Amino acid sequence: MTMLAEGRPTKQEDNLTMSEQAISTHTGNRALMVDEPLIFEIGSPDRTGVDLPEAPDVASRLGGLERQTPIAVPGLSEGETVRHYTRLSRQNYAIDVGLFPLGSCTMKHNPRLNEKIARLKGFADIHPLQPVESVQGALGVINELAVWLIKLTGMHGVAMTPKAGAHGELCGILCIRAALEARGDAREVILVPESAHGTNPATAAFAGYKVEDIPANSDGRVDLEALKARLGPDVAGVMITNPNTCGLFEPDMKAISDAVHAAGGFVYCDGANFNAIVGKVRPGDLGVDAMHINLHKTFSTPHGGGGPGSGPVVLSEALAPYGPLPFTERHADGHLTLVEEETVEDRHPHTFGRMSAFHGQMGIFTRALTYILSHGADGLKQVAEDAVLNANYILRSLEDVLDAPFAHSGPCMHEALFSDKGFSNGLSTLDLAKGMIDEGYHPMTMYFPLVVHGAMLVEPTETESKAAIDQFVGAFRSVAERAKAGDELLKSAPHFAPRRRLDETQAARNPILVWTEPEAFAEAAE
Amino acid sequence: MRYLPLTPEDRQAMLAKIGAQSVDDLFVDVPEEARLTGPIHGLPMHAGEMAVEAHMKALARKNHAAGDMPFFLGAGAYRHHVPASVDHIIQRGEFLTAYTPYQPEIAQGTLQTLFEFQTQVARLFGVDVANASMYDGSTACWEAITMAGRITKRSKAILSSGLHPHYVSVAKTMAKFTKDHLAYAAPRFDAATDGQDLLDQIDDETSCVVVQYPDILGRIADLSALAEKARAHKALLIAVVTEPVALGAISSPGEMGADIVLGEGQSLGVGLQFGGPYVGLFGCKQKYVRQMPGRLCGETVDAEGKRGFVLTLSTREQHIRREKATSNICTNSGLCALAFTAHMTLLGEKGLRQLAMLNHKKAVQAADRLSAIPGATLMNRSFFNEFTLVLDKDARPIVRALAEQRILAGVSLGRLYPQEKSLAHGLIVAVTETVSEEDVEALAAAVEGALA
Repeated sequence: MTMLAEGRPTKQEDNLTMSEQAISTHTGNRALMVDEPLIFEIGSPDRTGVDLPEAPDVASRLGGLERQTPIAVPGLSEGETVRHYTRLSRQNYAIDVGLFPLGSCTMKHNPRLNEKIARLKGFADIHPLQPVESVQGALGVINELAVWLIKLTGMHGVAMTPKAGAHGELCGILCIRAALEARGDAREVILVPESAHGTNPATAAFAGYKVEDIPANSDGRVDLEALKARLGPDVAGVMITNPNTCGLFEPDMKAISDAVHAAGGFVYCDGANFNAIVGKVRPGDLGVDAMHINLHKTFSTPHGGGGPGSGPVVLSEALAPYGPLPFTERHADGHLTLVEEETVEDRHPHTFGRMSAFHGQMGIFTRALTYILSHGADGLKQVAEDAVLNANYILRSLEDVLDAPFAHSGPCMHEALFSDKGFSNGLSTLDLAKGMIDEGYHPMTMYFPLVVHGAMLVEPTETESKAAIDQFVGAFRSVAERAKAGDELLKSAPHFAPRRRLDETQAARNPILVWTEPEAFAEAAE
Repeated sequence: MRYLPLTPEDRQAMLAKIGAQSVDDLFVDVPEEARLTGPIHGLPMHAGEMAVEAHMKALARKNHAAGDMPFFLGAGAYRHHVPASVDHIIQRGEFLTAYTPYQPEIAQGTLQTLFEFQTQVARLFGVDVANASMYDGSTACWEAITMAGRITKRSKAILSSGLHPHYVSVAKTMAKFTKDHLAYAAPRFDAATDGQDLLDQIDDETSCVVVQYPDILGRIADLSALAEKARAHKALLIAVVTEPVALGAISSPGEMGADIVLGEGQSLGVGLQFGGPYVGLFGCKQKYVRQMPGRLCGETVDAEGKRGFVLTLSTREQHIRREKATSNICTNSGLCALAFTAHMTLLGEKGLRQLAMLNHKKAVQAADRLSAIPGATLMNRSFFNEFTLVLDKDARPIVRALAEQRILAGVSLGRLYPQEKSLAHGLIVAVTETVSEEDVEALAAAVEGALA
C-alpha cells in the first residue's frame, strides 16, 4: 500500500513515496528503523545466555513429578538478548525521548539518582520476612516517607501497602466501609461525578457498592446543589477527583466535604492529580477522609511501560483505625517495629485486614523518598507552581486555534483540556493524536474526560522547559489547523512511526495472545 | 533545583502570555483560607545529590543485605542470581520511562515484550493463555478466586492449608466485603499435603479449589485427582506457584488439569526488594480468557499489513467498563514483567532446567545436612528448593538470635502463623543457587548451637 492511494499528498509525502518506491532494502529495514522478530522465532530451547555450575550428584526428591514435557521457552546468548531488547526498546516513545503530554498520567522526568538508590544492596537485596532487627533501615524508609505524605496532605495517618492507584482507591473505600460497619450503619451507595476516572466506579462496585453519578455544572465542576440533594442515609460517601479530570480545582471541595459529613458519609479524594497542588494546599484542610497518592505520578517513579506503581492512602482520624496491615510503628527511642497479624489485637484491632503480601512497593518507596528529599518542601511547592504555569501557558497559547471548553472559567491546574469542536467533518481527535506522533510527540490523552466531546487532555508537567513547550505548541497548532482544514492525510497518520495504525478490531475479534509455531514449521520439525 | 528547567525570566514571560500577575493568580480556585503561603513547616528544604545519597545510604546500611551473609529465606520470595544484562535492559530509558502502551504505533517495544511474556508464562504454567501481569502473587490469587466466582456463579472457595498465609489473609479481607465463603484451616506438620481433605470438601456448591504448588511448607503433590473431581462438580482448580523456577523441574499445574494457574514471578529478574514491587503471573484455559482480569496484549496487523501488537479485550477493563469491569486493576507490573521476560530469555528451557535442578539438588544436600542435627527433623518427603524443619525448640527466637550472628536462617512458622502454637517449632529453609556449601555449614553449626 502506498500513501498515494490515500488522498492528497503534500510535496513532502510525494517525495517520500517516490524514494520508498525507488529504494527497497534487502532486509526491509530502513537504517535505524529495524524490525525485530519474536524470541520464539530467533531463539531455541537448547540455547542459553547463562553459565551455571553442575548440580550436585544426589538423587532428586520431587515426589515423582519430574517434568516430562518440554517447556518450549527459547533461549538466546547474552549478546543476542541484549540486542533483541535494545532493538525493541527503540520502537518505544518515552519521557527520555521527548515531551510526553499525557493528561492525568503525569509523565515527568524520572531522576536517575532514584534508580541508583533503589539498587543499593541494603534496599534491593533484603527479604520481606527478615527479622525486623535486620531491616531497621527499610522500615525507616517506609516511616520517613509516611511522615512526608502525612505532612504534605495534612492528614492523620497513611496506609503504605496499596500497590497502585486503583488498589489505593480500593483501600480507601474498604476503610470507609469498615468504619460504617463498625458503627452498624450499612449504607449502599457511593456517589461518583461523571468526570471521574473509570477506576473510581470500578473500585466502588468491587467493594460491593452501588454507584450513582453526580452531574457536572457548565464550568466542569461538581454540581454542589445536585450533590447535596442526593445525600442521605443510604450514601456511604463520595469519590471526587481534585484537581478534577478536566484539570480544574473543585472550589467547593470544603463545602462538599461538610455536606457529606453532615449526612453521615465519608469523602474519598482521588489523588491522581496531587502533583498540581502539592505544597500549595493540604487535602486534610478541605475535609478529605481518604486519598490515594500515585507515587509514580506526583513523586516521579518511572512508569515502566505500565507499572509498577504504588498507591499509599492518607487517612483522616476517623478512618485511620481501619487501615490495612501491616504498617510500621516508630518508638520514642527511634526503634521501628511492624504491626502485623501477631500484634494486631493489641495495636490495631479495627483493621480491615491485609491487602497484599508483605509491605507494599518498597522499591518505589526508596525512589519516591529520594525524589522528595531532593526537592524538599520548597522544591515540591515549586513543582506544583511550574506544572500549573506550564499547563496554563499551553491553554492560552492554543485557545485561539482549539476549543477550550472551560477556559472561560479561569485558569486550569496542571493540565489543559481541549475539544474537537471546529474540526473538519470526518476528522477526529484520534486523527489529530496520530498526527502528533508524526511530529515526534506522544499524543495527549484522548477522549477523556468523557464530559467533553473528543477531549484532548494535555499535561506538560514541570520538567519541560519553555523552549520545549514552545515547540510542542507549534506542532500542536499546526496539526490542529490541518484537522480544521480537513487534511485527509491525518486520517492515515502516523506515517513515520515504526507501525502504521494497528487493527484493534481484528485483535479483539480473534484474540492471539500467545505465539504458536507456524504449522508448516512444526510439521517439518517432526 | 536541578529538575526544574524554567528560569525566572521564563516564568515572567509565560505569566505575561497567560495574563496573570503572579503564579498565585493561577491558584484562585483554591479557597484562600486553605492556600499555603510558604513551604510546609517542619519539613527539610531541597538538597543536592550528594546529601540525599548520603542520607539514603545511611538508611540502607542499617539493613542486613542477603548477599552479605548466609541466607535461607523463602516462603513466597526467593533470592536468585539475576544476570547483569537484565538490569541493563530494564534501565533502557525507552522501557523505563514509557507509559502503558495506549498508542501502539510508538509502543511496539513494550507491546512485543508483553506478548513474549504472555507466551513464556503460558508455556511455563502449561495453560493456553496468560495476561500481561498483575500486582503480585497475593493479589493475583484473590483475582483468580473472584474470576472463578464469575465463571461458576458460585461463592464457596476451598483454600488449601498449604496456601501462603498472606495470600489467605488477602482473600479473607476481600471476601469480607464481597460475601464470598472461604473454607480454610492452617497446615499441620505432615509429609503429605492436604490433597485428600480437599477432595472430600469439593461439592456442587464449590466455585474453586485453591492449591499452592509447591506448597508453603515445600511439599509437592500431584494435582490431577483434584482437577478431576473439581471438573466433575463443575468447580475450577486454581493452582498457585510462588516459585516459578520449580516448574523447570516438575510438571506444570496446567498439564495436571488446573483451570487457572497464577503465581509470583519475583524469582526471575526482579529480586527481593523487601517484598515489592513484584510481578503477578496469571494464566488460564482459553475458554475463560474473557473472564480473565488484567491487561492483555494481542497480535494484529497495521494498515500496511505488518505484524504488530496492541492492548486488547480492554472491554473487560475498568477504564472502559467502569462499574462492570472484571477487576479494578489499572497499572500492573510492566517493568517487572520485562525483567522476568529478559531473565527467562537468557535462561531458555535449557538454562531454566539447569537452574531448577541446581536449586533442587543443593536443597537436597542442605536438607540432609540440617536434619542430621540432633533436635532437627525434616518434615518433607518431597520438596523443590525449600523444606520445613521441625525443631525441638521454638524456631522464632532462634531465627532472631541467628540474625544477630549474621545468619539469616529461614522463615519461622511463628512469624507466618503467630496464632498457631502447634506450628511454632517449624522453620522453612530455602536453598537456591546462591547458597554455598559454606553457608549451609554455617547455618548447621549455628542451629546446632541453638538447639544444644
